Order: sequence, then C-alpha cells, then structure tokens
Amino acid sequence: MELVCPAGSLPALKAAVDNGADAVYLGFKDSTNARQFAGLNFNDKRAGEGIEYAHSKGARVFCAINTYPQPDGWETWKSAVDRAAALGVDAIILADMGLLEYAANKHPQVHRHLSVQGSATSYEALRFYKDNFDIRRAVLPRVLSIDQVRGVAKHSPVELEVFAFGSLCIMAEGRCYLSSYLTDESPNTRGACSPAKAVRWQETPSGLESRLNDVLIDRYGKGESAGYPTLCKGRFEVEGSVYHAIEEPVSLNTLDLLPELKELGISAVKIEGRQRSPSYIADVARTWRQALDRVSSDIEGFRVDPVWNSTLAGLSEGGLTTIGAYHRKWK
Amino acid sequence: MMKLSLGPILWFWSKQSVFDFYANAAEWPVDTVYLGETVCSRRRELRLADWLEIAGVLKDSGKQVVLSTQTLIESEADLRALRKICTQQEYLIEANDQSALQLAIQNSLPFVTGPSMNIYNSATLKLLAKQGLKGWSLPVELGQETLRQLIAELKAEGLDLPAEVFAWGFLPLAWSSRCFTARHYNLPKDNCEFRCLQHPDGLELRSRESQELFRLNGTSTLSGSRYDLMREMPDMDKMGVATVRLSPEHQGMEEVVRRFDQVRRGEIPATDPLQLVEAPPCNGYWYGKPGMDLVPPSSL
Repeated sequence: MELVCPAGSLPALKAAVDNGADAVYLGFKDSTNARQFAGLNFNDKRAGEGIEYAHSKGARVFCAINTYPQPDGWETWKSAVDRAAALGVDAIILADMGLLEYAANKHPQVHRHLSVQGSATSYEALRFYKDNFDIRRAVLPRVLSIDQVRGVAKHSPVELEVFAFGSLCIMAEGRCYLSSYLTDESPNTRGACSPAKAVRWQETPSGLESRLNDVLIDRYGKGESAGYPTLCKGRFEVEGSVYHAIEEPVSLNTLDLLPELKELGISAVKIEGRQRSPSYIADVARTWRQALDRVSSDIEGFRVDPVWNSTLAGLSEGGLTTIGAYHRKWK
Repeated sequence: MMKLSLGPILWFWSKQSVFDFYANAAEWPVDTVYLGETVCSRRRELRLADWLEIAGVLKDSGKQVVLSTQTLIESEADLRALRKICTQQEYLIEANDQSALQLAIQNSLPFVTGPSMNIYNSATLKLLAKQGLKGWSLPVELGQETLRQLIAELKAEGLDLPAEVFAWGFLPLAWSSRCFTARHYNLPKDNCEFRCLQHPDGLELRSRESQELFRLNGTSTLSGSRYDLMREMPDMDKMGVATVRLSPEHQGMEEVVRRFDQVRRGEIPATDPLQLVEAPPCNGYWYGKPGMDLVPPSSL
C-alpha cells in the first residue's frame, strides 16, 4: 500500500518525502483545488521544484484539480490541467466530468485519479468513470463502512485509495453544499469549506464564540478547547437540546484497519491536510510509514504501536480520533 | 410556457400519505412528476411496485412520470434496487448518482439528471448528451449567471437539453451514511425505529441564537429557509429555463402549485407573496450569494 501525503507548500512536500511518503499531492494557488487557503499551495516554479525533489527521492507527485469549473472558470481550469501535464506530474486528481474528459483527450499519457470530490461510492460509479475517462485510480468517500469498502473493492475496475488520517468529512464529498448555503463558497465552487474569510471569533460574557458569516457555530465555556468553526462540527439546537447535532469535532484515524485494508487490495492510503504545517506532515508521514512497513512485513502479527496512536492523537482535532464510518457502529 | 414539475418527496411519509398526496397531485397543473425514494434505503413504506402503481395513475392523468434514483449508493442492496429502476423501459430515469448514469447508459436508456448531479459546465452536458441525457437540473448552489451562460453555450452547440431549476422548497444540501435523525434520538441507524415518519417536514436545526439553519431529514440535510424563486419566474422564462421544480411538502402543496401555475401564465404578478408554513424564505443562490440570503425585490 502506498502512502500518499498532502503538501501545501514546498517545505511540507519535502517533509513528506523525507519521512517516507510514496507520493505527495499538491494544488495550484487558486480555486482549482479543494484546499484553497491564503498562503497555501504552489505556483508553477515551486511545483516544478517540488516535483524535481520528489522524483529525485523516488516519490511520485499528484496534482489535485478537483473543484468544479463553471463557464467563467473553464479556461482557467483547463489551463491548470495543461500546466500540471507540462510540469510532469505523475497523476492529476480530478472530479469534474467535463474536465476529466478534457484531460483524457488532451493528455492521455498523464494518469487520471478520480478525486474524492467525484462522489464515487459504488463499483458501478467507478465503472462509469473508468469507461468514460479511463481513470487509473479513485479515492473513496469517507462515508463507506469497511464492509462497503470491501464490496466496492471486490468489483472495482480501478485502483482504490482510501482516507487514512486527518479531518473527517461525514457528508458524501462532492455533494455537500452546506458551506455555500451559509457563505458564498463551497468545496465544489471555490475549493473551500467554511472559508476563513467568513470566520469571526468573539470573546463574550457567555464565552468564546465562533461565527461563520455571522451565524453562531459554537460557543465555548471556560476550559473548553475551541476548534475551527467547520459548520458541520458546531453545536446547535434541535427540539430544545443543544449538542453536536451533525458531528463531533473528531479526526479520522484508521491505523487499526491497516491489515484489513491491505487484504482488500487497497492500493493507497491518503493523509488529509494540505493546510497543515511541515512538522505536522513530518510526524504523520513518519508514523504511517512505520505502520505501513510493519503491516507489509508481518500482516498477521500487526499490532498498533501505542506510540503511533499517541503521536497521532496529539496532532488531531480536539485530540480525538475515530475510525469514522469504516466502523458501522459509529453510525 | 415553462413546465412545472413536482420533485421527488425528500421526506419520509407513510404509504397512505404518499398515495393520498399523488392522488391529489394528479389533479394539479403540473407537467412532470418525479417518483421514488432518493434519500434513504431504509425507507421502504413503498416498494417499486407501489411507485409504479402511482406512476400509472399519474400517466393516465397526462403527467410525464420520471423515476428518481437514490442519491448516495452504498451497498449491493442499493445497487439491486437501482438496477430495477434502470432496466425498466416505461419511464424516464432521473439519475442522481454516477452509478445510475452507468446503469442507464449500459442499458441504452434515456435519462435526465437531478440537482445532486454535479453539472457545472457545458463540457459535462455535452459528454452526457452523447450517452442519452435528455434534460438536466441545475445544482442548487448555482445561480442565474452560470445558468444563463450554460444555456447560451448549449444553444451555440445546437444542443437541445432542457434545463430545470429547483425553485421552491427546502434545498437538499448534503447526504451522509450517518443518520442525523437517529442521532437526535440516540438510536443506531440500523435500528432507527423509522423516526423520520414523525417528522414529515424534517427536524429543525437552529443556532443557539434561534436562527433556523438546516432541516435534518434522516441521512440528508436540507436548508432551514425555504428557497423561493417565484418572483424570478419571468427571468427564468426569458432565459430559456424549460421546467421549474417544486419540492413536495405535506401541507399546502396544492396552493403552491396553483400559485406558480398562475405566475407562469401571467395571471398574477410574480411578486405576490406566498406564505404557507412559518419558515423564512431565501433566494441567495440564484443571485450568487450565500444560499440562505434573501435578496429583497427593492434591491434588484
């Protein structure tokens, strides 16, 4: 199984490669990718340097162009595909059907990976993308249980990559418009969920408040640790009770499932977090490298090293991790 | 004249309610009716045979019937249900997921796409048109500027692909494998006691400042305000929108349909207020703003 790590900057890319990533994924400095953050991502020159560095160390580079272009943006997105191909990336991660077709026709030699934003949760959906755009690999949405992943993997016509660690989307990715409902940006349109420009923190007599476009997402009492106001992880009121009505602020951690994922023939595990620092990336990559090496040398005897878990827990949102939907009980 | 459609029922209603609803709808001035369960595979009050029975009645009343498919396909059982819809030949299929696209295309059946299918540009429309696409819905988060350009680009290509706009109702915004209604009742999804039946227009989720944000509807999340583009009907007509979609609610739907019908016929001004249930209206997406915003007539 390949370890695919995020790179939001050249130092993060190097940290990933130096600490055992088999591949890194990056995006350009605009809304053509699903992690559009100020100060993050690559211009062509930096991307070129990153690709050269990764290739010199035997790692591959994938370029995410996984938002959905509207007529106004079509030329920009098309040119992002051309730029990625010209830079010599090993694969382009795409979601939009129109753009997938463009890439397949214009740059057939560059592998196409279906982004998690392509919302493919069944092998029939994967066949659609394979038949139409000859994708090489697909990243599965984080809504499937391990049994469901098994069902998909059994008949999948393409390589599969699954999320292993990082922020947890609990909605089917690529079809979540919650963010653009409260703000004017969504992952699909602008590569942003709960965008920073709409976030406001306010100290009030009743506690620290986080707001998104003025909507109160959460209010923290003394001693409570405050998290980024991703809107699905706020505390809201339903029929008089106030609670995390959609999802708790927890992170995904699938170390426990590694042997099973390997047996299912999953090709790669993906680390979320292009917005994270180089030192975070280094710690996560190192930990997962060790775990992957352990599982490939001795799948029967594989046990999660407590040190791995404590390292990862220290890096996680709210310090809490879960195996997410992979475990059916979680529902 | 623009057509009116009734979208699929997004909520979970009892079998009798569903039959009653469509018995009435057969008499309403709608042109197209979308039928089927699009949200949760556990909602089995109606079997496919029941839906087909309703379809027959509506067809006999002169409606075009379209069978809608589930939006999030997760299991082999989901695929089995989908295959039944995607092999029948009597009715058009509304594909709400790429799994349905694949099955419709494989069986050489014509299809349309619902608002959860990510169609953001004309390249996507063109490639689907080659494979049997007969019409499409604008994703709910897109607005009039994008739609105007898409319609113009299709026209320039000589492609006749009628566009449909979700124009009234709570907006379907997200789908999950997790059930938020079951979560509210501290029940596991697999043993949810079908609590959605108790909430025929969803569970209201508010901010701690009582702002209505979302409606929890089992595994799906809808907008807390009701999208209402009645006032925008004349613009849609001018732009070349083929069909205006109204999303079923269990109360007051007939009045909604009749009002939209009068507006499309120019019998009453589009500015006539329509207030049925106490949910705030919104129209932000149409104007390229946050979906929950209401752009008042005075600022247009």
